[in-house]
Amino acid sequence: MKNISGTRVAKGKVVTAVLLKDLRIELRSRVVTNQVLPFAGLVLVMFAFALDNDDVLQRVAGGLVWLATLFSLFIIVQRSFAIDTADGALDSLRVAGIDLSAVFFGKAIALALKLVALEIVLICGAVLLYRVDLSASGLVLLVTCVLCATSGLAFVGTLYGGLTAGAKGRETLLPLLLLPVVAPVLIAATRATEAAFGSGGAQTSEGWAWIGLLTVFAAVFGVGGSLAFGSLIDE
Amino acid sequence: MIVSFSDVVVVYDNFPALAGASFEVTSGEIVLLQGPNGAGKTTLLRACAGLLPIARGTAIVLGCDLGVERHAVRTKVGLLGHANGLFQDLTVAENISFWSRLIGASDRDVETAMQIMGLSDRLSATRVANLSAGQRRRCALATLIVRRAQLWLLDEPHAGLDSQGRDELDKTLRSAREAGATVVFASHEIDRAQNLATRSLTVVGGVVTES
Repeated sequence: MKNISGTRVAKGKVVTAVLLKDLRIELRSRVVTNQVLPFAGLVLVMFAFALDNDDVLQRVAGGLVWLATLFSLFIIVQRSFAIDTADGALDSLRVAGIDLSAVFFGKAIALALKLVALEIVLICGAVLLYRVDLSASGLVLLVTCVLCATSGLAFVGTLYGGLTAGAKGRETLLPLLLLPVVAPVLIAATRATEAAFGSGGAQTSEGWAWIGLLTVFAAVFGVGGSLAFGSLIDE
Repeated sequence: MIVSFSDVVVVYDNFPALAGASFEVTSGEIVLLQGPNGAGKTTLLRACAGLLPIARGTAIVLGCDLGVERHAVRTKVGLLGHANGLFQDLTVAENISFWSRLIGASDRDVETAMQIMGLSDRLSATRVANLSAGQRRRCALATLIVRRAQLWLLDEPHAGLDSQGRDELDKTLRSAREAGATVVFASHEIDRAQNLATRSLTVVGGVVTES
């Protein structure tokens, strides 16, 4: 057998291994589908009951979708790192001598895929519950918004999940730290989604400026996260 | 020299868990660390793995000076702490395969490791959450075997294992030594551990002495 001790594996292979591991665990445990998704759906339904006005609901539909997504993000990030800390696997990852930025990207992609699945259901729910109209150009804007906002949320969620993974009281610390940071995503994604839905007479073209902000946010936290994640996990 | 510590201080939670530890380990040894709870055995093992910063002194492991390049040593050592480092929702085979992919080991390496630890039968398809404590420990040890580290750092490796599992572990560690690995392990099971070890060190109050 060849001597593998002391060698380093290509970053892409580590990203793939971590991504497949996280997705396989989700497929087995079904936490997102059986717990997070019903929770997010309930948030949408509760708002529908609380506001109880079609005009208001149509106007705020975009914001409610992203608010439900943010609440769900906290749970998914907690879960994503709980599987690594439960039996000391995070320590084993550190001592494996691998490039921890690859772990960052693997976990972020897995998180993004779970969020996209959640957002698709939430948007469908909003269209049905709040009777939102969606044009073809609005759909293009909405898909772009989902991809950009989800990338940003996944990168920042993974970074802060890693930061709080070993901390005491991490269940409450994560939302406290994460919520102010993701405020720009909430605002930009809401505005872009409102433009896609045509809420309050908004034009689809008005939404594209917000996509720019979402893209910058995702790029900053993608690069920053990959550089900082290793140090955060290590210390 | 595989490990060379000289007057090493490691501070953990504002407490000097290693308070001037000095010792050496040469190639092919199986070294037992003994001492009371809280003496610094776990800290010493984690420091050797490059997981803890060295506050003072000189620590060289496998040619890496831990004061300046503690990350470099990590690809060369295998650490098994109190936790097993396994994913509860994955099967035994999936867990070992995951760790093997991270270090570039082949499927054959995975099979070999599972055979050595007696995990290649129906247990290979069993989720870790459904295993006994001893079976989980065997699974964790299989991840170390697949890694073929030059230095094995084991914290209470016999814990949770039944008599047969302990015999298999001892056999595995002796085989690893014959294959060129060096083993440093902490244990409270002194009789068994002393039979296995080629040398013993005592850790008390963060200071290491020859037994």
